[in-house]
Amino acid sequence: MGGTVLLIEDEPNIIEAIRFILSRDGWRVDTHSDGLTAVDAVRARRPDLIVLDVMLPNRSGYDILNDLRADAEFKELPVLMLTARGQKKDRELAEKLGASRFMTKPFSNGEVLETVRALVGQ
Amino acid sequence: MSRPPEPIFLARQSYRRRRWSDAARLMPVVGLIALLLPLLWADQATTSGGILYIFCVWALLIAGTKIIARRLTDYDPLIETNDSTESTETKDGGAR
Amino acid sequence: MLSFNALALISIFYVALLFAVAFWADKRAERGRGGWLRSPWVYTLSLSIYCTAWTFYGAVGNAARSGLEFATIYLGPTLVMVGWWVILRRLVRIGKTQRITSIADMVSSRYGKSNTLGVLVTLLAVAGTTPYIALQLQSVTLSFAVFMDGPANAPEDLAVVALWVAIGLAVFTILFGTRNLDVEERHHGIVMAIAVEAVVKLVALLAVGIFAVFWIGSGPSDMMARIEASSIDVWALQPDRWMTMIFLSAAAFICLPRMFQVIVIENEDERHLSTAAWAFPMYLFLISLFVIPIAVVGLSVMPEGSNPDLFVLTLPLTFDQNALATLAFLGGFSSATSMVIVASIALATMVSNHIVMPIWLSTQSVGATVSGDVRHVVILARRASIVGVLVLGFLYFRLSGGGTALASIGLVAFVGLSQILPALIGGIFWRGATRIGAAAGLATGLALWLWTSLLPSFGEGGVLSAAVFLHGPFGIAMLRPEALFWIEDIDPLVHSVLWSIALNTLAFCVFSLLSFPSPLERLQGATFVNIFRFSDRSRGWTGGAAEAEDLLMMAQRIIGPQVAQGIFESEAAKQGKQGYLPDVTPDFMDRLERELAGSVGAATAHAMVAQITGGASVTVEDLIRVADEAQQILEYSNQLEAKSAEQERTARQLREANEKLLALSVQKDGFLSQISHELRTPMTSIRSFSEILMADEAMGPEDRLRYSRIIHDETKRLTRLLDDLLDLSVLENGQVTLNMGEETIGAVLDRAVAAMEVATGQQDFVIQRPGPGEDASIYTDGDRLSQVFINLIANALKYCENPTPRLTIKVDEAGGRRVVDFLDNGKGIPTDAQTLIFEKFARVSDNHAAGGAGLGLAICREVMTRLGGGIVYLPGQGGAAFRVILPDARAEAA
Repeated sequence: MGGTVLLIEDEPNIIEAIRFILSRDGWRVDTHSDGLTAVDAVRARRPDLIVLDVMLPNRSGYDILNDLRADAEFKELPVLMLTARGQKKDRELAEKLGASRFMTKPFSNGEVLETVRALVGQ
Repeated sequence: MSRPPEPIFLARQSYRRRRWSDAARLMPVVGLIALLLPLLWADQATTSGGILYIFCVWALLIAGTKIIARRLTDYDPLIETNDSTESTETKDGGAR
Repeated sequence: MLSFNALALISIFYVALLFAVAFWADKRAERGRGGWLRSPWVYTLSLSIYCTAWTFYGAVGNAARSGLEFATIYLGPTLVMVGWWVILRRLVRIGKTQRITSIADMVSSRYGKSNTLGVLVTLLAVAGTTPYIALQLQSVTLSFAVFMDGPANAPEDLAVVALWVAIGLAVFTILFGTRNLDVEERHHGIVMAIAVEAVVKLVALLAVGIFAVFWIGSGPSDMMARIEASSIDVWALQPDRWMTMIFLSAAAFICLPRMFQVIVIENEDERHLSTAAWAFPMYLFLISLFVIPIAVVGLSVMPEGSNPDLFVLTLPLTFDQNALATLAFLGGFSSATSMVIVASIALATMVSNHIVMPIWLSTQSVGATVSGDVRHVVILARRASIVGVLVLGFLYFRLSGGGTALASIGLVAFVGLSQILPALIGGIFWRGATRIGAAAGLATGLALWLWTSLLPSFGEGGVLSAAVFLHGPFGIAMLRPEALFWIEDIDPLVHSVLWSIALNTLAFCVFSLLSFPSPLERLQGATFVNIFRFSDRSRGWTGGAAEAEDLLMMAQRIIGPQVAQGIFESEAAKQGKQGYLPDVTPDFMDRLERELAGSVGAATAHAMVAQITGGASVTVEDLIRVADEAQQILEYSNQLEAKSAEQERTARQLREANEKLLALSVQKDGFLSQISHELRTPMTSIRSFSEILMADEAMGPEDRLRYSRIIHDETKRLTRLLDDLLDLSVLENGQVTLNMGEETIGAVLDRAVAAMEVATGQQDFVIQRPGPGEDASIYTDGDRLSQVFINLIANALKYCENPTPRLTIKVDEAGGRRVVDFLDNGKGIPTDAQTLIFEKFARVSDNHAAGGAGLGLAICREVMTRLGGGIVYLPGQGGAAFRVILPDARAEAA
C-alpha cells in the first residue's frame, strides 16, 4: 500500500508495537508523543492517516481532534482513535468530534491493520 | 410574600392555654382597678373596713395568680419553649 | 437591755453565718449540684431585697404618720408580679437570650448597643442608689443606737458603726460578688445569703406583729377596735398620692438596678417566675400584715415623741423582750445589708462595663487582642466600683448628717430610677423606639428629677435657697422646683412624678418618631419586641474578615481559656470542622459576642469584636441587609418559621449529603476510569507483542528476546499496580494489622535506603543524612514506616531532574511532634499541584519514565494516618520536600 501514518501516542511500548505491525504491512510510520504540538506535527508531516491516543501529556486527544476537524484541510483526514478508557461516553464523545473510527485498548493487531487499510482505502 | 393560613380551630388544649394567658394579662388590670376603687368610696367608710378590703383584694390577687400560673405551667411544662403559641396569640387576637 | 457589745457580737455571728451560707452555696453551685439552690423559692426570697431597712422600719413609721399609704410601696410590686406574663417574662427572656448584665446593659443593648445610653443609665443609677445606700447605713446605725446607753449615743460613735458596716459589706460583696467573672453573671452564694436574710426579716416582722396583736393587744377583733379608736386617720386616702405611689413603686420595682439584678440577671430558670408571681406578693402581703397593728400599738403604748420609725425595735424593748428585740434588730440588719450587697454588685457591673471598660479599651491603642488580661481588668474594675459605691454611700451619709433629710430619700430615689421606665418598656414593646428618643427621654427625666425632686429633698436652704423655692431660679416663677409651669398646691412627690415621667415619656416618643434608627437599632428593636418569636436567633454580624485565631485569643482573655476553647471547639464541631478554629460566620460572631457580653456587657463586647473584625464595625450595607433579613424572618408566622427552620435544616443536611455523594461518585468514576487506563495500557503492549510473537515465525532471536522482555516488564508493572491497589484498599478499609514495636528512626531509614539501593542499583544519587535526632526511638510499625520512606526516596529518584541529584533526609521537631523531612534539589512541585499529589493516580506530569501508577503518595498518606501521624508537602524549600509527621510517641507510650 505505502501510505504514511502519523501515530500520536506517548506509551513507548505501544508505539513500538503499532509501528511494528504497520511498517511490516508497508506503511511508513511517523510518531509523535506530545499533545501540545500534535496539530503542528500533523501539518508538517501531512500523513494519510492519524492514529490518535486520547490520554496524551499536556493536551487530550479530543482537543487535538477538535482542532483538526475545525481546519478545512483536515476535515476529511481519517483518524483512528485509541483509548484505554473504554467507557461508552468516551466513544460517544469521539464520534461527536468526528473520529473516523474508535478502538479500545487492548486491541488486536489484525483489527488495527484492517481498520487502517479500510480507512485509507476509502 | 404570602402568609401561611392560620389554623382556624385550635386543639382544645391550646385554646384553653391561650385563654389562660389572656387571664394572666388581665390580672394586673383587675388588680389596679380593685386597688383604685376605694378612692371613690364615700368618706364614712370605716378604717378597719378599708384595711380589710385592701388585704382581701391582695389575697385574691395572690390566689388568682397562683391558679393562672399553675394552669399555664400545667398545659405546657416548659413555658420557655412555647414561643409559637405566644406569637400566634397576638396575631390571633388582632384578626378577631 | 442588751449591751452594745453583745449586740455587736450577735451581729458579727450573724454575718459569719451569712458568709458560711454564701460560701457553701457557691461551692455547691461550683460542683454543679444546684439542687434546691435553684428552686423557685430561693428566687422568690431573693426578690425580697425590695424590702430594705427603709421599708422594714419605715413602713411602721409611715403607717403611723399617713395610715394605709405605706401599703402602696408593696401594692405596686404586687401588681407587677401579678402581671408577670406581660412584662417580667419578656424581660427575663430578653435578659437570657441577649446575655444582659444589668439594666444599663439592657437599655444600651436594646438601642443598638449604644454606650452613651449605658453611661446615662449608669449615672442615673449611681445618683439614685447612693443616697439609698446611705439610708441603709443610717438605719443600721440608728438601730444600734437604740441599744446604746445615753452617753454612748454620740454621732461620732454612730459614724464608726456605719463605717464598720460599710467595710464589712464591701468585703462580703467583693468576696462573693466578684469571685469569678462568670459567663452567666450569677452569684449563687449571694442569692442564697439573701434568701436566708429574707426569711429572717419576715420572721422578725411577723414575730413583732404577733407580739403586738396577741401579747400587748388581745387578738384581731381587739386590734380592729384599737385601729378605729387610734389617732391615725388611716382611711383618709389622698387619691393623687395613692395612685402616684402605686405607680412609682411598680416602676421602681422594675427599674431599680438591684431589682433588675435579682429578677432578670440572677434568674436561673424562666419557670421560677411563675412561682414568684404569686409567692412574692404573698411575701409582701405577710410583711405588711402587721404594720398597722404595730404602728397603732406603738402610738398608744410608747411615750409621746418617740420615733415611730423605730417602733419595731422599741416596742419589744419597752416590754423587756430582749430576744424579740434582737430578732427585730437582725431583721432590720438583714434588710439593710442585703440591699446594699445586691445594689453595689449591680452598680459595680454597670460602672465597670459601661464606664471603666470602654475607657480602658480606648486607652489600649493596639486593641484588645494583644494587650494584657482583660479578665483581670474587669474584675479589678468591679472591685474598685464596689468600694467606690460604698464609699459614696458612706460619704453621703456623713455629709447629709443623717436624720430626717435622709428619710424622704427613698421615694426620691424611686422617682429618679423610674425615669428608666419609658425607655425600658418602650424598648420591649415598641419597635419604633430609637436611641435618640431614649436618650432624650432619659435626659429630660434626669433633669426634671434633679430639679423637682433630688435638689429640693435637701430642704429649703439645703442646695437650693428658700428664694428659689418661692420665686423660682432667677425669679422665673415658671421654674419653681415644686410648682413647675404654675402647677401649684399639689403634693411635691406627685408633682415631681407627674412632670418628670410625663415629659420623659413625651420626649422619648417625640424624638423616637422624629429620628431614624441605625440598622443595628432596628435589628435589636425587632429582636427585643419579638423576643418570643425570635429567641434563638438574633443576628448582628455578617461577612467579617475576622480571624478565628484573633477572636479566640481575645475570648480567652475575657472568659478564660477553657470556656473560650470550649465555645470555639463546639462551634467548629457544629460546622463539621476539627480543632479549635471554626469559620468566622455571622452566627458565630454573634454567639461569641453574646458570650462576651455576659462578662463585659453588650456594648463593650460589640466594640471588642468590632475591633478584631476589622477596625470599624461592620458596614452599614451589611447591617441593613441583615436587618432586612431579620425583618423578613419576623414577618413569618411562628409555626411556619419553626417548621421552615426544621425544613431548612433537613434540606441543608440533604444537600450536604447529596454533595458528598456526588463528589464520591465523581471520585469513583474518575477512579474507575483511571484504573481502567492503568490496567489497559500495559495489557495493550502485552497483547500486541504476544500476537506479534505468535504470528511471526521468522523473527530473529534478538527481536524475540526484546519483545518477550517488554511483555515481561509490562506484566510486572501490572502486578505492581494490582499490589498497590490492594494495599491501598486494605489501608483505606482499616483492615491492616500493624506490627508495633520500638525502633529508632535511624534504623528504619537505614532499611529504606538499603532497599532502594538494592532495587535500583543507582549510584549517582546522593542521599544526605545529617545525623541528629535519628537515634530517637519511636513506637510504631517499622515495616510500614519504611514503606513510606522507600516511596519518598523512590519519588525523589524518579522525579528529581537535577543533573547531580541529591536527597537530604532530616529528623527534626516541629509543633511538638517529631518529623522526618525529605528534601531534594529538583524543581519541586508546582503550587497548584501540591494539594493533589496525595490523591490516587495524581501524577503531576505524565512522565511514564517513572512507571508508577500514581498510587505511591496516596499509600504513604494512608499508612501515616493508620500509624497516627501524617504526611504533608512542604512548600518553599527549593526542591520537592515532603514532611513525614511521626506518631506522637508520648501518647502512644502512655
